[in-house]
Amino acid sequence: MSTSLRGKVAIVGAADTQVGIVPDASATELCVEAIMLALLDAGIGKHEIDGLVTCNSMAQPMLYHAEAIAEYLQIAPRYCFAAGAGGGTTFSVLHHAASAIVTGMAQTVVIAMADSLRSGLTRDQAMLMQSSTGHPQYEQPYGPTVPAYYALIAQAHMAEYGTRAEHFAEIAVACRAHAARNPTAQMREPLTVEDVLASRLIADPLRLLDCSLVSDGGAAIVLTSAERARDFAHPPVYLLGIGEGHSHEHISQARSLTTSAAVESGRAAYATAGFRPAEMDFAQLYDCFTPTVLVELEDLGFCGKGEGGDYLTSVGIGPGSSLPVNTHGGLLSHCHPGNPGSMFALTESVWQLRHTAGERQVAGAELGLLHAQGGIMSSHSTLILGRSAD
Amino acid sequence: MGRIQPQGGSLVQKWIDGCRLGELRLQHCSGCGCFQFYPRIMCATCSGRKLEWVVASGRGRVRSFTVVRRAISPAYEAPYVVALIELEEGPTLMSHVVDCAPEEVRVDAPVRVAFERWSETVSLPVFELVRAGVR
Repeated sequence: MSTSLRGKVAIVGAADTQVGIVPDASATELCVEAIMLALLDAGIGKHEIDGLVTCNSMAQPMLYHAEAIAEYLQIAPRYCFAAGAGGGTTFSVLHHAASAIVTGMAQTVVIAMADSLRSGLTRDQAMLMQSSTGHPQYEQPYGPTVPAYYALIAQAHMAEYGTRAEHFAEIAVACRAHAARNPTAQMREPLTVEDVLASRLIADPLRLLDCSLVSDGGAAIVLTSAERARDFAHPPVYLLGIGEGHSHEHISQARSLTTSAAVESGRAAYATAGFRPAEMDFAQLYDCFTPTVLVELEDLGFCGKGEGGDYLTSVGIGPGSSLPVNTHGGLLSHCHPGNPGSMFALTESVWQLRHTAGERQVAGAELGLLHAQGGIMSSHSTLILGRSAD
Repeated sequence: MGRIQPQGGSLVQKWIDGCRLGELRLQHCSGCGCFQFYPRIMCATCSGRKLEWVVASGRGRVRSFTVVRRAISPAYEAPYVVALIELEEGPTLMSHVVDCAPEEVRVDAPVRVAFERWSETVSLPVFELVRAGVR
């Protein structure tokens, strides 16, 4: 069914706000700022937006978030909603927005997401956010923390495939090396595997530097039909492949701890696009904790199942590797304001495919794969973007 | 603030009632014969609606685990072992592995259930390592 979306829509505007520690802007203001910057990048005014999609903010939650942002901007879109699929929200929203454009529900859709997890949460909100993950009856009483859920995946992978903590550490090191080339990244000081292994244990085997950042920030994109996309200021970045896979919500109900629904999500995206993993010039893989990247490398077909550890040490994912991963620095080193996190992988991919990514530009990039997951490896979405609609 | 307590409807309550009696209760489907946890109003395998409560053997294995070094709240004392326990009947549940040094826990280690007081009215299942030579 989603085959019909191939090459039908394109991103014509993209922008990030300042990210990292941004105490002077509320989550709402960051969201609106991102929209204003993306409109400027696209060269259009706010009244050209007839579709608006956001995700709710943890710091400034609103019952009708997208409607509230539209009201703030004083626009009246005919297609408007806020989505919530955790980290996977961004790309599943793109799936919906693309479908809306193709079916005529909207012509010009802005997708905007922002939050201020670093500066905007009260202590009580931060506690509530952490303790409200997990099944309320059958998991939460045992006091699992968010890193603990992902540690369960890491530990299972180590036991099943002989993966080691050093392999996970390679991911943090690579993301930092990318971030060092990105002037907007929150953390740019180079890291070594030894640094990661010397950082304090949070939930075995995960250490502090295996965990993503806590940040403020927002980003937005402007999406329109491929026909209209040619009239904008920048070369369009086309949506070529898209897929989703949703296998569970709570980790204790996962069908497998080591193989995720990224398999289904990736398979659908490759099938839509008609490309293979080896044809990708870069990938942006969801990295809330280092083990997710390793599992995604395997499940999306960049290496064999159980071979992620070897792939990381022998091939690598840093700058200059055959498949650079998280070229902006990822959630581990660029920024991580919560649910909006994958927006930055999206805007970065737009710049990579426009060939305007500066010092971190992947030479000649034509195709990129983006993957995000929400919940605890629960809700997966994959995009394939390209410079050409063909 | 105390430890987080399970709350919910009648199915949750029936499970909690079992825990108070020292019973780890599962649902058994008389349609397809499978066991399921957590309790549901339908069989998640065959969609059958005839489910009966049974008492699990309490034996299982560690499917995965982690040692939480930073507690989620002051009501929990780090380090504690959060584990996914696969029961011999099939279902997996989250729990704690207790009465051992966290370093002793391994994936695949055999465990058996015990019950720990969570509040004045609620006890919850936790698991102990089955050590060689001890039944």
